[in-house]
Amino acid sequence: MSKTVFPPSIKSRPVYGELEARAGSGHLMIADAEGAEAILDLAKSADAAFWAKAHIIYIPKDTGRKYSSQLEELGAGQYYAGPSYEAAQSRIRRALLDCHMGTQVYLTGTESLMGQAMAEATAAGIPHTAIQTEHRGSTARRMQCVHCKGITEDVTTDPFECSHCGLSLFVRDHYSRRLAAFQGVRVDAEDPGNIPEKVELFK
Amino acid sequence: MTIQFNDETFHGDFTFKNSDWAIKRFPFPFHEDSYMYSVNMEPHTSYRPGSVFERTFDVDEHYVAEMKDRARVLANDPLRCQSLPHMTLAGWDLVELIMEAKAREYPDLFELHKDGNRWRWINKPLGIDDTFTFLDESTLPYGPMEYITRQTQGDFAVLDQRDDNLWMDAGMVTTQADWSLDFDIGMNFFEWHAPVPKAHEMGIFVRALKFLLNIQQGQPARRLNWTMTVNPLLDTSPENYHKWGVMKQGLTMENIGEKQHLRVELQTFFRLPRSNALVFPIRCYLISFNDLVTVPKWGRRLHRVIRDLPEELATYKGFIDNRPLMVEWLSQYDDGSPTSDGIWPDD
Repeated sequence: MSKTVFPPSIKSRPVYGELEARAGSGHLMIADAEGAEAILDLAKSADAAFWAKAHIIYIPKDTGRKYSSQLEELGAGQYYAGPSYEAAQSRIRRALLDCHMGTQVYLTGTESLMGQAMAEATAAGIPHTAIQTEHRGSTARRMQCVHCKGITEDVTTDPFECSHCGLSLFVRDHYSRRLAAFQGVRVDAEDPGNIPEKVELFK
Repeated sequence: MTIQFNDETFHGDFTFKNSDWAIKRFPFPFHEDSYMYSVNMEPHTSYRPGSVFERTFDVDEHYVAEMKDRARVLANDPLRCQSLPHMTLAGWDLVELIMEAKAREYPDLFELHKDGNRWRWINKPLGIDDTFTFLDESTLPYGPMEYITRQTQGDFAVLDQRDDNLWMDAGMVTTQADWSLDFDIGMNFFEWHAPVPKAHEMGIFVRALKFLLNIQQGQPARRLNWTMTVNPLLDTSPENYHKWGVMKQGLTMENIGEKQHLRVELQTFFRLPRSNALVFPIRCYLISFNDLVTVPKWGRRLHRVIRDLPEELATYKGFIDNRPLMVEWLSQYDDGSPTSDGIWPDD
């Protein structure tokens, strides 16, 4: 099972739910990795007419072909699998632009994917009541270095090295929806060189 | 001019200092010998002539130097000032609020002359004499919020009000106690306070938000908040924490009185008339321990507050490692005698 129960400690972090098939003029689904499972679960309660109006944008990441054929067989009007979020981004923007009143948006998989796609959807003017989210799979974090502003993806340890400026950063429990990222702050700022042992906090 | 402005710095050689006048009017934040969070709001009405509570926007001897420091910080990092597109009108509201208040309360320093929407603003301490069209952005050298907050001490958070919440949608933040506008912009009241320990569980933010949502035009409110800063550094931003964090090291019994500063924020809250936004100025006052203990009541009380502060708060405020030294040094100024109620010096 790929579902995660998050601790209730972070007020700035979004709360994720469970996807359900809703009535809509269209269905835009954006998922990565184990997010495919949430779509397949939802498929149990959706009929062919629902899928005819659906557009699935899927980024398998390291799950490879594990879910691809099952997703394809759902019969979505449009199905796309891409190698990374960055590669899929222009397609995601276009798909959001093409949404009509009443389109339902479904985001599922890692926080990084949901956060980035949520920011795009909000910027495109999709009302938040038409967007659902469900977390599946890795709890690795997308981190912004507060010093150099660079984003490091898939962070699993605390501390970690910023992939841009190289500073060792600790993970502050503070999340920005606009950046779809947690905040990383230099861990040895007060005592340079004194960097604690890395602990794997997120998987 | 009635105020003698200091030539001083808040970085590098740190030549900042308070005159006897500034020490006497320092907003000491502890009204009793202990401290815990509270929604300590009161009306922002003129109070105690000469104090920092007398004027709408207090101007003191640090004004010119603080504005130079702001310009320096902005040149290094322009993201310290941001305004989402829908906040421009609130920026104009703020221009009006500040210009009218300063021209009214400090007529020898500031003048505002209006001819319809054609306004002439004279800021004598900074040598500014600009004529512009109110509500026409193209007539100012910066956006309206940036223009006026480059001329006003304190950080500014401009909060949009919708969905029964407040949203940090614009701000000028160069003298902050370790929070990032660039990270927090667009967040609601609960989100931007997420890193604060304990207060959520105590219901502080729910009550504070309820109060703030109901602030009316012409009825501003205020409260004090505080933390500790080593060296008189205004820009204690997370962005530059990897540069200033190291200053917390190397405090000794010999140098702590000079280097350690109590940092007090005078926070005020004003409803803005056109945008219905809330502006939240956060004015920072610094005082060295040496200067602070010249008021005997403050020395005694600060010792007791710091000694008894819950560990989580000392950690959150960033001085847990230096607390034992602070307490040891301050204890020299606490003879154990009782202190009077309230924040003011006894004499």
